[in-house]
Amino acid sequence: MASYRTPLGRARGLGAAKHGVGAWIAERVTAVALVPLVLWAVFAGLRLAATDYYGAVEWLTSSALNPVLMGLFVIVGFMHMHAGLRVVIEDYIEKHLTRAGLLLLNLFACSLIGALAVFSILKVALGGAY
Amino acid sequence: MVQLALPKNSRVQKGKHHAAPASATKVKTFKIYRYDPEGTENPRWDTYDVDLEACGPMVLDVLIHIKNDIDPTLAFRRSCREGVCGSCAMNIGGRNTLACTHGHAEVPGKDCQISPLPHMPVIKDLIPDMSMFYAQYASIEPWLHTTTPEPQTEWRQSPEDREKLDGLYECILCACCSTSCPSYWWNGDKYLGPAALLHAYRWLIDSRDEATGDRLDELEDPFKLYRCHTIMNCAQVCPKGLNPAKAIGEIKKMLVDRVV
Repeated sequence: MASYRTPLGRARGLGAAKHGVGAWIAERVTAVALVPLVLWAVFAGLRLAATDYYGAVEWLTSSALNPVLMGLFVIVGFMHMHAGLRVVIEDYIEKHLTRAGLLLLNLFACSLIGALAVFSILKVALGGAY
Repeated sequence: MVQLALPKNSRVQKGKHHAAPASATKVKTFKIYRYDPEGTENPRWDTYDVDLEACGPMVLDVLIHIKNDIDPTLAFRRSCREGVCGSCAMNIGGRNTLACTHGHAEVPGKDCQISPLPHMPVIKDLIPDMSMFYAQYASIEPWLHTTTPEPQTEWRQSPEDREKLDGLYECILCACCSTSCPSYWWNGDKYLGPAALLHAYRWLIDSRDEATGDRLDELEDPFKLYRCHTIMNCAQVCPKGLNPAKAIGEIKKMLVDRVV
């Protein structure tokens, strides 16, 4: 069926969503925050690789800083991953229903895995892992 | 998913070959995209062996020579032949540019492939349908918006403020940038594209314009503006040497300035 909608009507579409700057700022802020967090995580990973399970528990419970930084690394990392995957889905998935479904899946998967990771860190750090 | 392969009726087939006259001394082969919407055939690549001694130095000279002396059925747009009108924008040797300012000697390799601007509906041969592109330009309302009653003479602007429009006002809307942008290919129905956004910025920083906030409102959108991922193809191909990606970056900065 031929569409008699004018090009200007199509170009204007549904108008501007009037949001987007928040997501753009969040992408950059999480990226900046991840620079020191990733450096710390590499250092922590090397350190944990050199010890056994009880050493790792000991390291996590020895100070407040280690579990807090590990929790932040996981939370900020998953937020950044969610934002990045969201852009990929919006860019490449054209069909509206598929796009909406994948956006939901992305949100749920990132939240679930992130929450599990945070819970595990807390469990060990608060002494429930022995 | 993004459609990567062309649909069956759009696949480009091998076309006719036009040999050079026996007297030709300096021959270069031009492989040109042909499509006739009135027929039922698929698009095809026609090849033309062109005697470079018989035509001028630019790709547009070659096209005009082909149309005049070899094959009058070839269709392409051209007007000013000096890089001012933007009519002859096309993809030459894999790169969007203006046929009139691009020398055929600049195209590397033995053959030179010429096709219409990528990812645009084709009207005929090298002529794309630009109606959406122009409508997107119109949608940013490229004219002065004011509330203050019009002055007796002109709206005044300092030389410093006028300088801010340099690198923006020169855009001729040839669409080389927008049609080289993958984001515009995949989401061209919603993403405004580098050309329209460069013009949007031209009005955003015009010191005489009083609708800056309204303009930013109309741009703040995950698709209209934020599909730009600074791929930079736009700045690379612009035949006028402009930098649309930088203008888009400035718009993003203005939006941040509103909230931070």
